[in-house]
Amino acid sequence: MLRQIEGSQAMAEAIALCRPQVVCAYPITPQTHIVEGLGAMVKDGRLADCDYINVESEFGAMSVAIGASAGGVRAYTATASQGLLFMAEAVYNAAGLGLPIVMTLGNRAIGAPINIWNDHSDAMALKDAGWIQLFAETNQEAADLHIQAFRIAEELSCPAMVCVDGFILTHAFEQIDTPTQAQVDAFLPPFDPVQVLDPANPYSIGAMVGPEAFTEVKYLGHQKQIDALDVIPRVAAEFREVFGRDAGGLIRPYRTDDAETILVALGSVNGTIKDVVDAEREKGTRVGAISISSFRPFPLAELQSALSGASRVVCIEKSLAPGLGGALASNVRMAMRGLSAPVLTVIAGLGGRPITRAGIARVIAAAGEGALDDVTFLDLNRAAVEGQMMRAAGLTDTGPIAENLLKALNPGLVRRMTPKRRGME
Amino acid sequence: MFEIRLHGRGGQGVVTAAEMLSVAAFDEGRHAQAFPSFGSERMGAPVASFCRIADRPIRLREPIVDPDALIIQDPTLFHSVDVFAGVKPDGYLIVNTTKTPAELGITAITDALPPGHWRCLPASEIAQRHIGRPLPNAALLGAFAAVTGVVSLASVLKAIRARFAGRVGEANAAAAQDAFALGETV
Repeated sequence: MLRQIEGSQAMAEAIALCRPQVVCAYPITPQTHIVEGLGAMVKDGRLADCDYINVESEFGAMSVAIGASAGGVRAYTATASQGLLFMAEAVYNAAGLGLPIVMTLGNRAIGAPINIWNDHSDAMALKDAGWIQLFAETNQEAADLHIQAFRIAEELSCPAMVCVDGFILTHAFEQIDTPTQAQVDAFLPPFDPVQVLDPANPYSIGAMVGPEAFTEVKYLGHQKQIDALDVIPRVAAEFREVFGRDAGGLIRPYRTDDAETILVALGSVNGTIKDVVDAEREKGTRVGAISISSFRPFPLAELQSALSGASRVVCIEKSLAPGLGGALASNVRMAMRGLSAPVLTVIAGLGGRPITRAGIARVIAAAGEGALDDVTFLDLNRAAVEGQMMRAAGLTDTGPIAENLLKALNPGLVRRMTPKRRGME
Repeated sequence: MFEIRLHGRGGQGVVTAAEMLSVAAFDEGRHAQAFPSFGSERMGAPVASFCRIADRPIRLREPIVDPDALIIQDPTLFHSVDVFAGVKPDGYLIVNTTKTPAELGITAITDALPPGHWRCLPASEIAQRHIGRPLPNAALLGAFAAVTGVVSLASVLKAIRARFAGRVGEANAAAAQDAFALGETV
């Protein structure tokens, strides 16, 4: 049924239709509305045969999900940002144990400095934890990907993370076609676990494995991800059969035929990028875009094929790999092996800075002129950065960087301290 | 595409107003997108929210920088926030105030808008009368419907009643109706 609702509510309802048997989560913005919605549905009986387990932290949340999944039930949790870092050890364990937990990640920046706004730093921090990582472009897709994620995770015995841009999607009201229980039941069979902790037939999981077999266990985890490259598009095709719309898959090219410049991005910014591509195409600019829906596994072959005609590839990415550039671009470069087109990194939207049509249009223009560096920071306030560098040069006690920048941007708001000058102790 | 930016203070319902407006537009068969100015919500802090209304799916995710309409829930924001930034020359302005543009010192803005494209109305007082609390968002949506015609009063009332059940919904709907009448006649 078509409804105008908040993304978080649509996700909560879609997750409930997947009949999770254990939901355990610790609230952290911007994921809070999703787990609150699930909690309400458990309480009022709309989500039956499900335990909502309150936990003391994100570490507890993932640990309970691991226990529930190992006990043979469908388990779900959600987190964001620092919450994901706090549960990191258990996140790796879920993958290493092959437990098909589904988790929503309401993408948000990681401190310091403290920042509650959207970017992809959290997803990138744990991109190699062994989880499948799917990125949603719209709230419709965010809801739909959860339904697919349970199918994919349980088929492969591999946990899956649905990455949803915090606030931009989680807190947005838009038109969403919410599925019926009959549709979801037709698409998603009951969980049939491949390993169950059962007192009647006791065994342990999570054994210590020494050098003699650790590589082999890890190889099998890698092979699951490679297998997922076949499972993800098949599940997306079956989803289209049942629900009548596209969602998920590996990559989604947009107007890439004959494109000289192709932008590559993850998540909701692809909507803005498509608007810019249309506007640029009207002007005759040969530009296209690719939305990567599956970041793990990373669709190397599909990307190589889609990018093979491009003169240049520009990754618009919402996270920074300090000392390198961007995780997305370095992954895309592997897909470009054998091709000569450069892969450029544009770091954008960090800590909630809006990525605007104007900013993307400037990137496309600069790329066409060959004026983009390997790593470019979109809309960087260079004066603020250089001011701090100037202040820092020659000072011994420069004070905290973040606070200094805030002072420089809002001179009236923050009391200035007197820094110590070098040689004047 | 018609873009509305709403300015208020935390607790006044500025986010709820944008959401209800999107529901009203959706109810008329249009595409709509509502979202808050993302951040930590605190009572009394300046808050903005956004609503886009269009006849085709909305893909754009940037904040609204050049709005077709501005709804100002609290004119004391004029001192701290550039609420008028980017408003289109043929845009609309709805201000919750008992004062005139001259008393508010915003005639440079209102004079530049086409005739009939702005209203100052006492939405908090209307709300106080109907709801018993000075929560102006329902009244401002009623005035928005009257001044812009972008959504009908009937859709606004339906969205308000869908959001607030029972007496609270009826009181908010009554405030919207009063403000609609005021918006049409002033």
